[in-house]
Amino acid sequence: MKSVSRWSRPALWFCGLLTAATTALAAQPPLPGDSVLQLPGVFVDQASRRFTLATRRGQPQLISMFYANCQSVCPLLIETSTAVVNTLEPAQRSRLRVLLVSLDPARDTPAALAQVVRDHRLDTTRWTLARTEPAVVRRLAAVLDIRYRQLEGGEFNHTSVLILLDGQGRMLARTEQLGARPDPQFVAAIRGALQQGK
Amino acid sequence: MRPAVLVLGLLVAAAQGSGYQRVPGGEYRSVLKYEDLKGSRAVAAFELMTQPVTNGEFLKFVRTHREWQRGRALPLYAEPSAYLSHWQTPTALGPVTSARQPVTRVSWFAATAYCEAQGARLPTWSEWEYVAAADETHRDARQDPAWRERILAWYARSAGAGLGVVGSTPPNVYGIQDLHGLVWEWTDDYSAMLVSADNRSQSEADRARFCGAGALAVDDRENYPVMMRVALLSSLRGADSTSSLGFRCARSIR
Repeated sequence: MKSVSRWSRPALWFCGLLTAATTALAAQPPLPGDSVLQLPGVFVDQASRRFTLATRRGQPQLISMFYANCQSVCPLLIETSTAVVNTLEPAQRSRLRVLLVSLDPARDTPAALAQVVRDHRLDTTRWTLARTEPAVVRRLAAVLDIRYRQLEGGEFNHTSVLILLDGQGRMLARTEQLGARPDPQFVAAIRGALQQGK
Repeated sequence: MRPAVLVLGLLVAAAQGSGYQRVPGGEYRSVLKYEDLKGSRAVAAFELMTQPVTNGEFLKFVRTHREWQRGRALPLYAEPSAYLSHWQTPTALGPVTSARQPVTRVSWFAATAYCEAQGARLPTWSEWEYVAAADETHRDARQDPAWRERILAWYARSAGAGLGVVGSTPPNVYGIQDLHGLVWEWTDDYSAMLVSADNRSQSEADRARFCGAGALAVDDRENYPVMMRVALLSSLRGADSTSSLGFRCARSIR
């Protein structure tokens, strides 16, 4: 059992940082120390709505990083996410959210993200495409162990991985197996997480 | 009053440690050869700490930034079983750890936080490699067999010999010390290194993983010491720390 005092400081720091939307969160127990959702920073989604990762607690979700301008692997990343989601039963599917954060905040405006949503016909009740400031991009990539480098031509070279977070934001599983045939172990981990969260 | 102020000033100077040295800009050839980035790379003038950050300096930091003390730092940012585990307590080094040794067992997040608290940042890989190419008299000594021998001798030394203290190697032509021969160092962009086990036999899976374009190859297979660094940095996560990995900070020149 971890002591409560250990988490009180980050919690206070968080409360100071965030806006009215998170006041309600302060009443919730602090996130576990290894939760990705603790990462501070303001994100903006494809509809220009601002949010923090802490507001995404509660249900399991898939998370990854991509960029809108990407021609090769990023569409594959979206297709893989879709394929993974489609293997689930409808009842489970409706409870799994997907968050894709841009590696390219300079070019991926909310409008560019909205275009990706339209191109791939993504259901925005479950899918969120988001951008954030460069320092937060680097920190999020570091906690997710996503490696990336901007190439001379402006494209990005990056690890293509799907990561499963539990309802508290802890990393449960990851897969680098991209394509229309989802990684069965990864799908099993999602089913387990959704079962747990019931 | 006046002598007291003077003494305080000296104490502050000592506590701040080695300080920064201006490094002039220039061009150099990186050992890392990317498909999109061949030939020379330009490095803009910047400032770099002349020595790695010490245990003593990091101790002062965690006393004022309590969220980075062992046991308080979030596991998300610092692997709890390793982070500063060689210190006797979260706020005391103990008898076997010297304040003058470079601090090790610090995560990339902790190193970044330390530099940011100084209004600084971690150096980029290019900045580090550019400065580390120098010896005492040349800006690029990498083709000198004697230089390579000297560095390789350090890698060959037993790890059981224990860490030396900072400032124990001669300053290079820029006035920077301990780039070789003491500890390995975090860089700001450690996570930009996408190295597969062997580029020559890269599988389709690897190509997909690294987005195909822009794969990294090694330009100079003889430069073992630098490749060791690349291998280490490319294998680490931001929350990891090791007993031989430290850091120093850099500042951009506006």
